[in-house]
Amino acid sequence: MLTLTQIVFLIVAAITLLAAIMVVTSRSMVHTALWLIMTLAGIAVFFVLLNAGFLAVVQVAVYIDAIAIMIIIVVMLTQRSMGSQDRQRSKTWWAAVIAALLLFGGLVLMFAQAPLLGAEAPTLTVGPEALIEELGLALVDVDRYIVPFEVASVLLLAAMVGSIIVAWPGRMSQEQEDES
Amino acid sequence: MVAFLNDPFTWTGSLLRGWLEGLGLAPDLVTFLLQVLGALVLGTVMLLLTFILIWAERKIVARIQDRLGPNRVGPFGVFQTVADLLKLVTKELITPTGADIIPYNLAPLLAVMAVVGIWAVIPLAPTLIGANINIGVLYVVAIGAIGTLGIMIAGMSSNNKYALLGAFRTVAMMVSYAVPMMIALLIPVLLSGSMDMATIVEAQSPIAFIILAPIAALIFFVSSLAEVGRAPFDLLEAESEIVAGFHIEYSGLKFGMFFVAEFLHAFTISALTATLFLAGWKGPWVELYPLLGLFYFIIKTSIVYFVVIWIRGSFPRIRIDQMNNLNWKLVTPLALASLIVTAIGEKVAVEYGINRPIIHVGANAFLFMLTLVLIRFNARAARSRVKGNSVNKAVAASSGSSQGS
Repeated sequence: MLTLTQIVFLIVAAITLLAAIMVVTSRSMVHTALWLIMTLAGIAVFFVLLNAGFLAVVQVAVYIDAIAIMIIIVVMLTQRSMGSQDRQRSKTWWAAVIAALLLFGGLVLMFAQAPLLGAEAPTLTVGPEALIEELGLALVDVDRYIVPFEVASVLLLAAMVGSIIVAWPGRMSQEQEDES
Repeated sequence: MVAFLNDPFTWTGSLLRGWLEGLGLAPDLVTFLLQVLGALVLGTVMLLLTFILIWAERKIVARIQDRLGPNRVGPFGVFQTVADLLKLVTKELITPTGADIIPYNLAPLLAVMAVVGIWAVIPLAPTLIGANINIGVLYVVAIGAIGTLGIMIAGMSSNNKYALLGAFRTVAMMVSYAVPMMIALLIPVLLSGSMDMATIVEAQSPIAFIILAPIAALIFFVSSLAEVGRAPFDLLEAESEIVAGFHIEYSGLKFGMFFVAEFLHAFTISALTATLFLAGWKGPWVELYPLLGLFYFIIKTSIVYFVVIWIRGSFPRIRIDQMNNLNWKLVTPLALASLIVTAIGEKVAVEYGINRPIIHVGANAFLFMLTLVLIRFNARAARSRVKGNSVNKAVAASSGSSQGS
């Protein structure tokens, strides 16, 4: 007999998987971006089902707000019009199939060996809020994860500066044209 | 009866709970049913509130522009909105040729959903809050993104060049103004030490945050105006340039949903400003009578909402380059500086035991003067560039000078 949580999990998992398949199969880039948002929203629901409300909200804020909207911007800026019907397959599609199958097989092998399937969920000694507090403190603690955290921030900053430099010459010549 | 007058929300809740449990339902199911009922009531009240909001806005803008406003249907034209709604309902729902059917129909739903969703975490009164989650501020940011998404989808799926241009402008504006808005949101979080909306209201007990962090309050207000797309930031639907922007192809009730979302969003940012910076439901005697809290909350929200309408009636629409200049050259650096100043001030106040309001007000005043001086230098430099140039160049450079004025 399935509990209510399990039924919800199965429905959401089916929707998420369907959306993930649509991400790689739909022809229009805009549709792909929208299906990706649906997939990410499904993962947010999983976090809610796991009692991790904080992670669910962060999932929506970071992945849907920041990343998915960024992808839509890229699609809007690079596609010539709204409905582009490019070809789905390139010449090296068989190499991609092999790589994807290898990755999938490896993942399946790894998950089959890990003692996760069928194991009982570990009971938490503290509530979810205390765990989140612990996570937040660990990220700013000098003895623990502050260096990786800061390195990640510097990496993002470097990417930002790099993208500005890539975009710079075009912008400069545009302004010179405007002024002349 | 006295219990009802003191705290009607808890009283009604416990009454309903007792009644439902009397029917023999499981306590979990009763909690679930009550939550669904609460969400339904809150959502319905908010959507009905829009009737009054639209009427009030039209009346006030009319007075600012020396007109009468709606005055035919009902006393003072109160029922004008009802008549307008009936007209909208009877209109045909047109789907343009070549539109993406599913995203096209999903977009108005997303726009309304995002606005109503914000109300779940706003504490309306001491005992009246939809969902008291401990990350309310983050939730507001996250759900606001869904509204942006709705507008972008509307623009892209309509198969219309004007709608697409509106979506482009939305991207440029909403995404860039989200940056100062989030930084400004961090300051109440920093001052109260919590992301929980109810705790933020509690933390403003002696002094509201608008006194401790006036610059942050102003930045939050301005950038959330831009986030909502209200005048003077309404260039995503500028009628004279791109006809109606993202909702050009929508008719009937679908257009009505965008309309409702826009008006309710303006009221929602007023409520957020009132909650985060004007101490929400706090006021005299509110501990004795929780119902007074709702009254104070509505009063404060209405004052902020009046300012929103006032701005709409007073300022012309800004151009897109002015909008970007204002954001990236003034508002975002100021928000960052304000955050740093507030963090240092809070640390100094705790370490050395100096009076907290004095430090924060002093630091904000210093930052404000510094900003004014910098703006003055910037404007002078822009003017000296213009001087001696041809008329065409003066026009081209006016965008540079106007950001400083």
